[in-house]
Amino acid sequence: MIVIGELINGMYKDVGKAIANKEIDVIQHLAIDQCKAGASVLDVNTGPYSKNPKEDMKWLIESIQKVADVSLSLDSTKPDVIEEGLKLVKKRAIINSTSADQDKMDKIFTLAKKYNTQVIGLTMDRSGVPNNKEKRLELAATIIAKAMDYEISAEDILLDPIVLPVNVAQTQGHEVLESIREFKLLSDPAPHTVIGLSNVSQGAKFRSLINRTFLVMAVANGLTAAILDPLDKELMDAMITAELILNKNIYCDSFLDAYRKK
Amino acid sequence: MSIELIKEKYNGAINTVAIGKTGAGSVKVGGQTTLPFLFEEGDMPNAPVVALEVCDCEPVEWSEFLKKPFGSAIKDPVAWARKCVSDFGAKILCVRLQSVHQDWGNRSSDEAVAVLKSIAKAVAVPLIVVGSGDDDKDNDVLPKASQALKGENILFGIATQNNYKTLTATCLADGHSIIAESPIDINIAKQLNILISDMGFDPGNIVMHPTTTSLGYGMEYVYSIMERARLAAFIGDKMLSMPFILFVGSEVWKTKEAKEHNEVQGINWEIATAVSMLQAGADLLVMRHPDAARSTEKYISILMNGGKK
Repeated sequence: MIVIGELINGMYKDVGKAIANKEIDVIQHLAIDQCKAGASVLDVNTGPYSKNPKEDMKWLIESIQKVADVSLSLDSTKPDVIEEGLKLVKKRAIINSTSADQDKMDKIFTLAKKYNTQVIGLTMDRSGVPNNKEKRLELAATIIAKAMDYEISAEDILLDPIVLPVNVAQTQGHEVLESIREFKLLSDPAPHTVIGLSNVSQGAKFRSLINRTFLVMAVANGLTAAILDPLDKELMDAMITAELILNKNIYCDSFLDAYRKK
Repeated sequence: MSIELIKEKYNGAINTVAIGKTGAGSVKVGGQTTLPFLFEEGDMPNAPVVALEVCDCEPVEWSEFLKKPFGSAIKDPVAWARKCVSDFGAKILCVRLQSVHQDWGNRSSDEAVAVLKSIAKAVAVPLIVVGSGDDDKDNDVLPKASQALKGENILFGIATQNNYKTLTATCLADGHSIIAESPIDINIAKQLNILISDMGFDPGNIVMHPTTTSLGYGMEYVYSIMERARLAAFIGDKMLSMPFILFVGSEVWKTKEAKEHNEVQGINWEIATAVSMLQAGADLLVMRHPDAARSTEKYISILMNGGKK
């Protein structure tokens, strides 16, 4: 499972403030803590309030790479912000993200090819987020086909079916899970599948419980990557256990520790 | 039409463990990135190694077929060890401290350690040292042996899930490697590696003993456990990425097929078991009959040479 740590995001108050005031310790601690907790990739997002997202992206990447040898997922709607970041990354990065709109894909896949990155493909377009699995699949196929045009392997695409909050779009949980299962059939080798997990519990009570229950269900449906809070230990334990039950790792009494020693 | 073979590529590798003092005499095992001898799929930087086994006392219970090649040296552990190296070309020896066992002479641990020190002085090859199989006796003799050979980078055994702390602590203190044994059980193998490394021991200095069984006595169970562990290691399970040691000689020469018919059958039984274990992923084979050891080494060199003699 590719665990993408979500915490370095200017949307969170503390992080937004740290970015504004260039409090490097805050960012570096978040980077180190997430890696220690099992993240293999860190998402980097300057947040909606950044006055100079290009400079903030550069500062975040430089700050993180001083303390953590980790892949980064550059999270921005603006291709020029992403490109500034790609110039600095030391390990192979993920672009987060493109939609299934042709002009957007052209811009993002050009960058992906130039900088040899992986790409998160959101199965949505200008008409919005689909409300059923069929439309999600159609958009996923559009993304894979476009990637092929750019000679980007399906293995380097992480298809995101877009998780919606359970308290506002309760019918979508099932559609998303089914989509994860079917995305994998789109090509051989199969594309990765990814979800932005925390969105499922946005505005709801018992967020951690909802998150980990959904993650386990998604893992059972073949999910291979997730953007999540790796510091939620119960969440990580549930994920490790789900993968154990699916025979992805060999059991031993200390299987939680064993996973973390990887 | 040509057929293209599908090749597996793995990201993980088996740990490389060195035995003996650094330098020309040390023996390295492990390091491979492929299942045994599949050179199209990965590397085997270190050929599997055959160790000859020596007891610290006369092995009165051994089959006559097995004692014969050593002649009178079988009565003198130091002469025996020398003969293994000078006459039979052993590159590494396994000394079994059997004499402390109550059924084998019940000697004091100090006497056993004195013999071990004499052997270590007499031969210039790296050593594997294992206890008698009695936990209480071994927890007495092995720490003393470890201290006596401090810095020699011995491979000491045997740690089990119920008895690993004493040996781990002493190997850690004296700079030795350790054998971790599990009862044909991959889950316990992994657990024991975690328990040992939780004591601060470098997992890179652990060699696994998955339990050895002889041809005809369930060898295929060991084979399947070894193969499963290897596949897990190659996809990144660090707690199963250790080289394997197999005590082929002691298991084979327990069987009636080896010891009760004729010498040739016994030797062949030992070779057949050894080469099967090589195909399962064995890195270190501890063998008893020098002819069986020699044939197994020849087999290894042919396979390492891509099948050419």
